[in-house]
Amino acid sequence: MTTRELKLKSVEYRKKILQYIFNAGAGHTGGSLSCIDILNVLYNRVMNVSPDNFDDPGRDRYVQSKGHSVEALYVVLADKGFFPEEDLLTLCRYQSPYIGHPTKKVRGMEQNTGGLGHGLAICAGNALAAKKDSLPLRVYTVLGDGEMAEGSNWEALMLAAHYKLDNLCAVLDYNKQQITGANAEVVGLEPIRKKVEAFGWAVREVDGNDVEALAEILGNLPFEEGKPSFLIAHTVKGKGISYMEGVLKWHHGVPSPEQYELAVHELDAALQALTTEETGIESAK
Amino acid sequence: MEMVKTEAIPNLNVFSETLQSLAELDRDILVVTSDSRGSGKLVPFGVRFPDQIVEVGIAEQNLVGVAAGLASMGKKVFAVSPACFLTARSLEQIKNDVAYSDNPVKLIGISSGVSYGALGSTHHSLHDFAVLRAIHNMTVVAPCDNFETTEAVRQAAEMKSPVYIRFGKKGMPHLSRYLDPGFEIGKGRTIREGDDLTFIGTGETVLPCQEAADLLAEKHGIRCRVISLHTIKPLDEKLILQAAANDRPVITAEEHSVHGGLGEAVASLLFQAGYRNKFKIVGLPDEYTVSGSQTEIFNHYGISGDGLARTALGLL
Repeated sequence: MTTRELKLKSVEYRKKILQYIFNAGAGHTGGSLSCIDILNVLYNRVMNVSPDNFDDPGRDRYVQSKGHSVEALYVVLADKGFFPEEDLLTLCRYQSPYIGHPTKKVRGMEQNTGGLGHGLAICAGNALAAKKDSLPLRVYTVLGDGEMAEGSNWEALMLAAHYKLDNLCAVLDYNKQQITGANAEVVGLEPIRKKVEAFGWAVREVDGNDVEALAEILGNLPFEEGKPSFLIAHTVKGKGISYMEGVLKWHHGVPSPEQYELAVHELDAALQALTTEETGIESAK
Repeated sequence: MEMVKTEAIPNLNVFSETLQSLAELDRDILVVTSDSRGSGKLVPFGVRFPDQIVEVGIAEQNLVGVAAGLASMGKKVFAVSPACFLTARSLEQIKNDVAYSDNPVKLIGISSGVSYGALGSTHHSLHDFAVLRAIHNMTVVAPCDNFETTEAVRQAAEMKSPVYIRFGKKGMPHLSRYLDPGFEIGKGRTIREGDDLTFIGTGETVLPCQEAADLLAEKHGIRCRVISLHTIKPLDEKLILQAAANDRPVITAEEHSVHGGLGEAVASLLFQAGYRNKFKIVGLPDEYTVSGSQTEIFNHYGISGDGLARTALGLL
């Protein structure tokens, strides 16, 4: 997928995230909007996983440690063809498999997550098993910044470096907010880069809402041979919707009909701008 | 049926030997330890199969999370740690990463119950049956002797679902092989027949049940049935209902809190099925556990041949 297509996808995904959260009357809006560009690039550019190879032991693995941003993952998996998109109209409804966190009842999900501080250890186990079997696959996780306070994450960071799991890549969706407020006010995680480096990982930083930058940096894994890769993706919570960006209540706020209409209007304008930009480039040729 | 007290090898050692014989034939067998290979008698395993042992350090949450990740890749994973830490420190990993995500990890709780004796309550696991019974997709097993341990480990290796097996480190005589030669996870074993009273034990309390049955037979002519209910979950309902059908007293014995373990599982079954047998749960009461060795603690709380015989006489 080209960079321009990735950019278009991100806007389309944002529209769908809001559509299904609005329809369900529930969801983790802010975090889904902050991490969607990461998921877009992972699934459409970086990872070797699709409905066709999902039963192949050699596929790449993705475990979403910040399970609550499941709406972003649902939208991407539907787009990849793991299940019909209209299934998402049942999001959070009675007896629906599309609940507020990932479960393996939904095709495309590798693990049931939702409790924080769980994904990284599971991924380390996946990566270690792949090494033992000489499988050339990679294992990816997206971590939330709030969950870096979980001690279990630091146990897994220690272990992954000890076993030189350079087939493991953790992306930190660093939107700098959690449900109570700014990370820095709750329990600060800075200096996160130095901490993770001190734990033996190769660390890079990127604008986590810039698909081009994400595609470039995630296209060069591992960051260092013999070390697991940790990408600090600086993101904006609620990214893409003017009145949501960086506003705490959108952690799991659901838009009103008027707010939803405004959000769709903004995203349509963004799509229009991308299309115009494309046309402009083409006519310049 | 006479007990056969010819050998007294800890179930822990038998576990290690069994696992080595499995690992020799199957390179997908992996052991994950949390600085616990010595406590788990797994040093020889590590020497023989260095590629099949994964050390995570003293990090029990990581032990279970990593084990889940290995199991989801098709490995046959035995996560081995003292039962006290495995089923408390890493309970959320057991609940979410193993049971809920259906990663078929074999959780091995070593030196369970009060095996650590005078080391105190930090090292006792008197809650593990209770918490794990309440988690869906979890099988809970406590083998009583070397035979049951070998069979439980062999069968667990082939199970496609999560299982917890706990055992102690005290030498255990072979006491169950002869009356009922079979072993199947989920099916209790009647290891002694008798119509006057039924003892139901699990793990290392089956031995005192047998001793009590011997005493009652010798001194009082009372004939007791003894069941090794090695699987706490799923409960062998048919066997328990059959045993209680004669309306005679039932006594359960467990190395666990009297809350939420074997006794309450059996009581719940019998009461809901309409049974009104005289009934007594013997286990660790809800108090700060007395200090002492495992044997001293057992004796203190009546989890002994003498104690269980006294309890039986009180019901008869």
